[in-house]
Amino acid sequence: MPQPLNYLKETASQTAGPYVHIGLIPAMAGFDIFEKNFSNVLVTPNTKGERITLEGKVLDGTGTPLRDVLLEIWQANANGRYNHPADRSAGALEEEFRGWGRAGSDFDSSLVTFETIKPGAITDKTGRKCAPHINVWIVARGINIGLNTRLYFSDEEAANAADPVLNLIEQPARRATLIAKRTERAGKIVYSFTINLQGPEETVFFDV
Amino acid sequence: MNAQAPALRDPRLNRPEPFTPPLGDGGFFQRDRSIHPPAHAPGYKSSVLRSPRQSLLSLENSISEITGPVFGHNDLGPLDNDLIRNYAKDGDPVGERIIVHGRVLDETGRGVPNTLVEFWQANAGGRYRHKKDTYLAPIDPNFGGCGRALTDDTGYYYFRTVKPGPYPWRNYVNSWRPAHIHFSVFGSGFAQRLITQMYFEGDPLIPVCPILTTIPDKDALDRLVAPLDLNASTPFDSLAYRFDIVLRGQRSTYFENRTAGN
Repeated sequence: MPQPLNYLKETASQTAGPYVHIGLIPAMAGFDIFEKNFSNVLVTPNTKGERITLEGKVLDGTGTPLRDVLLEIWQANANGRYNHPADRSAGALEEEFRGWGRAGSDFDSSLVTFETIKPGAITDKTGRKCAPHINVWIVARGINIGLNTRLYFSDEEAANAADPVLNLIEQPARRATLIAKRTERAGKIVYSFTINLQGPEETVFFDV
Repeated sequence: MNAQAPALRDPRLNRPEPFTPPLGDGGFFQRDRSIHPPAHAPGYKSSVLRSPRQSLLSLENSISEITGPVFGHNDLGPLDNDLIRNYAKDGDPVGERIIVHGRVLDETGRGVPNTLVEFWQANAGGRYRHKKDTYLAPIDPNFGGCGRALTDDTGYYYFRTVKPGPYPWRNYVNSWRPAHIHFSVFGSGFAQRLITQMYFEGDPLIPVCPILTTIPDKDALDRLVAPLDLNASTPFDSLAYRFDIVLRGQRSTYFENRTAGN
C-alpha cells in the first residue's frame, strides 16, 4: 500500500432554501439588523467606467420565473482588473470598486437587478484575450449546489467570437444563452438576461 | 572530473533561493461532485424543475474563478456574530444558548484566513423571521436569526445563538426539517463559494430529511453534523457545537504558463 493521500474533502453543499434572504439580504426578509448591508449596487459616484443596469429573470423548467432566487456577481473593473491580490495584471486597480454584489429576485416581479459598470476585457494566464464578462452564481430553494454561469454583452460581437470560454461550448446556439442584450431606457444602459435552469433554451452552466 | 556531471543535477538545486512552493494563484482542486447532492434529486421535490438537464461545462480556472471578493472588519458591526444580542429588544431570546465555532479549512488542511462566514436560522420554535414564513409557531421578539463573522488568521470563527427548532415544510405531507443553521462561505476565490447547512449531533430527523439525504455519500453527510463540544462550552451559560468547514484546495503555481500543478 502506498502512503495515503491525506487531503480533506470539501464540505457538501446544501440548498440555500426559501429564506436565504434572512442571512444574506435581511431587508428583503422584512427586517433591519446589520449596520452595514451588502447590496446589488456595485458602483459609487467615483467608479470609473460605463454605468450599466443588469436586469433579468431566472426561469424553471416550465418557464415560470423564480421569485426566491439569489444571485451574486463577480467582475473586473473597467480596466479588466479584479480587486483581489491574485490578479497582478497591468490594468489599474480601483480600491473603491469591490467588484461583487448580490441581489434577490423581487417577490412580485421576479426581476433581478444590479447597478454596476461594464467590465474591461481580461487577459487569462496563457495570454489569451477574454471578452468582457460577469461571473454569476445562483442559489435558491430547489438548487442543491450553486450554479455558475457568465454574462457576456451583445455589443461585443467580435470579442465574444474570439472568447476562449464561449468557444468551448460545442453547440453555437447554446453560446447565445450567455449573451445579455443591450438596450437603452430613459437614458440608462440596460443589459437584459434570462437564465433558464432547464429545458430547450437551457442556460450553459459551468463546473468551474 | 567529469565535465558533464553538473548537467545531470536537478536544476532546481541551483536555485538561489530554497525551493518553497508559494501559496500561489493556481486554480482550485477539481470539485468532487460525487460527495455533493445531485442537481436533480426527486425526493426533494422542488429540485425537479430547478435542475439543469444538460451537463455542466468544465472550465479550467482562470483569473475570473481564482479571484473573489475580499471583505474586511469594516464590513461588519460589533454584534454581528452574537445572535443573542444583535436583535435583542427587551431581553434575551428564548431557547438553548449555544456557541458554534470551528475552522474554515481548505482541502490541503490550511486555514482560510479573513474569509466571510454568514449564517441564518429559525428561532427555538422553528419559526423564521421572514415575511414568507407562515408557520404557526410564534416569532421571538428578541431574535433576528442571522449573523456573520470573519475568520481570523488561522481560519477560526465563532458565534453565539440559540439552538434552532425543527419545522415542517411542504414536501411530503409530513416532512420536517432537522434543527439546522444555514452557512454561506466565500473562501479566497469565487470558485470556492459554498452554501451549506449545519445539523446537530443526535437529531433523529437527520436520516429522514429529504434535503439532507440528497447527499449520496454517507461520510459527506456525517461531516455536516456538528458534534457537541463540551470543551468549548461555558459553564452555567452556553453549550457549544463544533463545525469545521472545508473549501476546495488551491494548487500552487510553481511555474508560469504551466498547468501541471503539484
